[in-house]
Amino acid sequence: MTTQLTHAAAPVKTSGRGSGRARGGQAADVGRPGFAWAVPATIFFVLFAILPLLAVAVLSFMSWGGIGDPEWVGLDNWSRVFDDPVMIKSIWLTLLLTVLGVVLQTPLSILIGVWAAGTQRNRAVISAVYFVPLLLSSTAVSVLWRALLDPNFGIPSEATWLFGDGNLFGEQSTAIGVLAFVSTWQFTPLHSLIYQGAARAIPQVLYQAAQIDGAGRVRQFFHITLPQLRNSIITSMILMVVGGLTTFETVLILTQGGPGTDTTISAYYMYQKAFKSFDFGAGAVIALLLVVAATIISLIVVRLSGYDKMRSTMEGVS
Amino acid sequence: MRRRPNYLAGVASVAWLIIVALPLYVMLSATVQSKGDYAKGSPLSWPEHFTFENYSGAFDEGFGKFFLNTLIVTVAVVAIVVLLVPPLAYAVVRSRSRVASGVFRLFLLGLAIPAQAVIVPMFYLISEAGLYDNLIGVILPTAAFCLPISTLILSGAMRDIGHELFEAMAVDGASPRRMFLQLVLPLSKGGISTIVVFSALQAWNGFLFPLVLTQSDSTKVITLGLYNFQTEHGINVPGTLAAVFMSMVPILLVYLFARRALVQGLMGVGGK
Repeated sequence: MTTQLTHAAAPVKTSGRGSGRARGGQAADVGRPGFAWAVPATIFFVLFAILPLLAVAVLSFMSWGGIGDPEWVGLDNWSRVFDDPVMIKSIWLTLLLTVLGVVLQTPLSILIGVWAAGTQRNRAVISAVYFVPLLLSSTAVSVLWRALLDPNFGIPSEATWLFGDGNLFGEQSTAIGVLAFVSTWQFTPLHSLIYQGAARAIPQVLYQAAQIDGAGRVRQFFHITLPQLRNSIITSMILMVVGGLTTFETVLILTQGGPGTDTTISAYYMYQKAFKSFDFGAGAVIALLLVVAATIISLIVVRLSGYDKMRSTMEGVS
Repeated sequence: MRRRPNYLAGVASVAWLIIVALPLYVMLSATVQSKGDYAKGSPLSWPEHFTFENYSGAFDEGFGKFFLNTLIVTVAVVAIVVLLVPPLAYAVVRSRSRVASGVFRLFLLGLAIPAQAVIVPMFYLISEAGLYDNLIGVILPTAAFCLPISTLILSGAMRDIGHELFEAMAVDGASPRRMFLQLVLPLSKGGISTIVVFSALQAWNGFLFPLVLTQSDSTKVITLGLYNFQTEHGINVPGTLAAVFMSMVPILLVYLFARRALVQGLMGVGGK
């Protein structure tokens, strides 16, 4: 869950940076902390996050089997990874699952979020239930669904009219369907909550004006609510994309990448390469590709949307 | 003026409520049935004979020890975060030093690093440091990955502290240390409890670092216990579900007591 969360905020809060500085322009520097206050946390973070990230780039040019010293092999890992049909397939599967996740979750969570932004009491109660999947770890969610979808004892065995022979994990299409559904089950609450917060912040005056102009509910939704939610849609999509790229537990526990390699997404393939086949060089290459892909996609989404310019969604209000 | 009810979204919400609640119901009802009863009846039926053997069975599997390990990891991670982040956020918000603003950018960049990206070199580093299969080896990277979001949340909270308060203390000749202890810390209690909840959640639910950096039963955390339980006893659905439920009880308790901090943190993620 949290890996996903962490990506959201990056473009959001940058706007707040420096505002304190501007306000304090006249104030003397008396009593201002020096950078020394930031040093302990920074050292810790560099040691356990930044250095490993640099190390993964170096390791991608080395051969290492887990024991002994890594050995320089140049581009060997890279060419091996790109000649590997399973790797190519895993990239497509990762993209497919990511796109499926965005397509399933976005409309659903916008609807739920906007609905939950209302004030009746029953909404609060229902929203509290929605929340539960978000508290479960990905491990617990995956184990739970693995048990619920068990071909012999689970729900499919009861509803053969819907699920056929009940073995949803035996075929690529249904296995991918399960993975997409389980992510949606787990993360729709998070995205609904993002939209709920944003929908609450939409000024009521806009709706009042629209009603005076005679705009109906549907028009109001498309002409006021959706445009006002633009920033949240972007944040939420970045979360979904990065979360989709780095999905791991769900695949490990629900499908083990199978049947065959039919659900072997890149993050799972990286784990297999590094920690099952002890080919840490190839694992490092895939890990690096994941970071690069996540960063590039986030940047593209932010750029395309004009989000980086922090355009106001308040236009037409004041 | 009141907005009229949104029927379309209402229907979607109720449909989704069923999809969310049904698995939770199946889980709870399965955990109080014997394995035999569960296999005989429908997963959706209410249990006829209540039993708690699934829960005691999980404890026979060592879940008590896994709980304890997870608790140690969680407490240690929260302690590291609470020790490191407030001074950092204070410097980010109040310092005029270019280094401090550069550091903040570094942490923003850190938001984009997924754990998967560093797990290979992390395995190397932790092994070299002799911390493989040691809870300390799990605690350190887990805490590091809590830092970016915590810094973001807490610096946001500290920015809300009124400027005139700092100026008033500056006039009194207060040192940065005194301002931190007497002004910043007391006024950012809300933000600190949010980062406590967040890092506790992340540490409690962590999977990849323990999976790769530990091995033996004595260092196993609860998520790994769940994973192993399901691989070894996949057929024992009630037992597995009892383990799943137990793994979430502490989180549910935290949720009950710290709902506000959690929801605020999550909503803050979305921006406005």
